[in-house]
Amino acid sequence: MTETQGPHRLETKARLPDPDAAYRMLVEAHRGLSDEESAALNTRLVLILANQVGDASLLADAIALARRADDGAPAQPSG
Amino acid sequence: MAGRALYQFAYRRSPDQDAPLPVRRPVVVVGAGPVGLVLAIDLAGRGVPVVVLDDSDRIGEGSRGLCYAKRTLEILDRLGAARPCLEKGVVWQVGKVFQGEELLYAFDLLPEAGYAMPAFINLQQFYLEYVLVSRLASFGLAELRWRNRVSAMEALADGVRLTVDTPDGPYALEADWVVAADGARSTMRALAGLPFVGEAFEDRFLIADVAMEADMPAERRFWFDPPFHAGRSALLHKQPDGVWRIDLQLGPDADPEAERQPDRVIPRIRRMVGHDRFRVEWVSVYTFQCRRIARFVRDRLIFAGDAAHQVSPFGARGANSGIQDAENLAWKLARVVQGRSPASLLASYDAERSAAADENIAHSTRSTDFIAPRTPQEKRFRDAALALARCTDLGRRMVNSGRLSTPSSYRTALSTPDADGETWTGGCTPGSPLPDAPISWRDGRTGWLLEAVGGDEVLIEMGETGIALPEGVRRLRIGIDVHDDQGLVAARLGAPAGAALLVRPDQHVAARWKRPEAAAVAAASRRLNGWTEAGA
Repeated sequence: MTETQGPHRLETKARLPDPDAAYRMLVEAHRGLSDEESAALNTRLVLILANQVGDASLLADAIALARRADDGAPAQPSG
Repeated sequence: MAGRALYQFAYRRSPDQDAPLPVRRPVVVVGAGPVGLVLAIDLAGRGVPVVVLDDSDRIGEGSRGLCYAKRTLEILDRLGAARPCLEKGVVWQVGKVFQGEELLYAFDLLPEAGYAMPAFINLQQFYLEYVLVSRLASFGLAELRWRNRVSAMEALADGVRLTVDTPDGPYALEADWVVAADGARSTMRALAGLPFVGEAFEDRFLIADVAMEADMPAERRFWFDPPFHAGRSALLHKQPDGVWRIDLQLGPDADPEAERQPDRVIPRIRRMVGHDRFRVEWVSVYTFQCRRIARFVRDRLIFAGDAAHQVSPFGARGANSGIQDAENLAWKLARVVQGRSPASLLASYDAERSAAADENIAHSTRSTDFIAPRTPQEKRFRDAALALARCTDLGRRMVNSGRLSTPSSYRTALSTPDADGETWTGGCTPGSPLPDAPISWRDGRTGWLLEAVGGDEVLIEMGETGIALPEGVRRLRIGIDVHDDQGLVAARLGAPAGAALLVRPDQHVAARWKRPEAAAVAAASRRLNGWTEAGA
């Protein structure tokens, strides 16, 4: 499940030690915002995180994964 | 569609009602639900006389608390109440999460063998309560008074005075300690005027017990956006007696009264199960709250279970955490009542179980956020995680259909930190629950580590240390008193030969040493019994 174009590989395994806490942090960042404000916050966040990734080929892999996840790729049960 | 009263009990007049002055009891527990009953059994087993008051006289309306976790079963086992629950309950350990018709992923809550208790059993709450009522009745020190409703409470300098309403009228009853285990709508909490603070969720959920024949395995099934209930979530659990528990998300705008009616409920269930051969036994429409009171100990009044904290049902953290409250409290209250520990030991109940409540509330809140997004943006996050879950591990790890109850590890003043210069890798850190493991007894019978530890303060020794023990501590020598034939005791404790672990009466580890010495063990024992100022 790993993209392989660049010198670094996009990590699709969970890296956060506590994904639930990170998810909650993202949800809470949007509390009280209008939909427009939320979209703007997310966009700033994407730019900040893209800079943190610091690798255009990784970013391209991430964009490809995000696009692919939208077009109904088959579920892959983990057993 | 009202539920059935399965077990009916009788009000009996107590001699306390005819006493010229209020009778004084060491401990009165208000509420004969799972939490109050477990507490009363544990107290009576530790030699503390206990009176339990309950405003009702029957149990059996709806399945209510359903999923009982391994740690809870271990507690019930120590109290002599697990066997009938295991015989009746539906054992399960696998959960499956679906999106639409597709399986997103499955999880196994106990992938490893070598535990006496299963990951979970499903058992209607009334069966558990009936088992506990029967067990409590075997103790002469315990008394359960049905149709005894507390109507007033007055704090005394060294206790609490209760006014108790009965079919024969009110009477006064005093107690050195009162434990309020009277549930989410606690009368005691209202009488004490304590705010119950937290988050309320707007989504309504339908919960139904449905009797039907179904050829489905005993596993937890959760759907996001299932074909039979488009755009919402659904949860299915198997219960004993051929009954299935169905939870359906209804959304924030559902009319609870209308949704309870058969003309709404039956078509929903027919769409889910695909036929008409079922009978709805109980139905309820809920909203969820995640909230708690600020302090669980208020002088001589102590709160436990849902009376102290409330969570959403996703994760089975209600009854399980309440029963863990009861076991945390029982040994401490027993020691205080018997003069073996200072009353300040009870501050550790507040600290440890408050932290556990916060942990449970955090998990439960996150699950409920995921299951019932409150804004279009929250729904986008949720749908993004579900979309990524179809092709990545990172997405699957963010999908949250409920994180199922696990016991808390206590960061507590009762624990003794590992000694300087002793490095432990893994194993049981002080404050964590002692894991079970298979053993054999000296006569060759097989058994379990937790059974051998029981409810005492125990020093588990890996072999013979030969050190003198403080009063009140029992020795359990692995390799001498019991044998670690499969090596799982050593592996799970992470303990090499010559090491020792001091275990609290609630089977949580208090301290551990690779090279134990009598003075260090004695100091750790004093500390776990509350005889220390450190960190208090």
